[in-house]
Amino acid sequence: MKIQIEYFALLKEQRGASIETIETKAATPEILYSDLKRQYTFSLEPSALKVAVNEDFANWNHSLEDGDTVVFIPPVAGG
Amino acid sequence: MQFQITDQEIKPESLRREILRDVSGAYVSFEGWVRNHNDGKPVNGLEYSSYIPLAEKEGMRILSEAKERYRIEAAACVHRIGSLKIGEIAVWVGVSAAHRDAAFDANRYIIDQTKARVPIWKREAYLDSPAEWVNCTDDTPG
Repeated sequence: MKIQIEYFALLKEQRGASIETIETKAATPEILYSDLKRQYTFSLEPSALKVAVNEDFANWNHSLEDGDTVVFIPPVAGG
Repeated sequence: MQFQITDQEIKPESLRREILRDVSGAYVSFEGWVRNHNDGKPVNGLEYSSYIPLAEKEGMRILSEAKERYRIEAAACVHRIGSLKIGEIAVWVGVSAAHRDAAFDANRYIIDQTKARVPIWKREAYLDSPAEWVNCTDDTPG
């Protein structure tokens, strides 16, 4: 299935891109991040992140569907 | 109730007018400013970025929670993104209420929750070392 991924902050810097669409068999955000972390050597552990699917927070074991947009959210620092 | 991410300069005077109510006898505002140091390091400037659709959605949830928890009449929060210089306003929170206790408490709740939950990131540029994404370099996010 095709999944669109948007990157922000440190992940955007380490990926060298802000958005991409990939073909993946990853059934959940947990598996997807583990694949991407290996591929792009992301420094952030999943325990430091939250995940959003289609513009709202989601669980790491959320079932991904074709066409979903996924965002991994690094530790926030507003204010 | 309004929670907004903006790339424009924050102007408290016009924001304040938005939450004036005839029933309100108290108004509390908070401004977060860019300061010239963090963790003992001299800071040259900041860059904020945000996942805007989710930030505004989560921000509106925070404002609704504040309205449920405290007896307030109106609340708003605006957070700036982009490059900011020392002394510029990064975030503004305003609350109006019949009485001051609720206005103080709700304002504190909104800024604390915003800092903890809303997807906004800060990259600090230092005078004497490479720029860093705040909270992203340690194993224990602060």
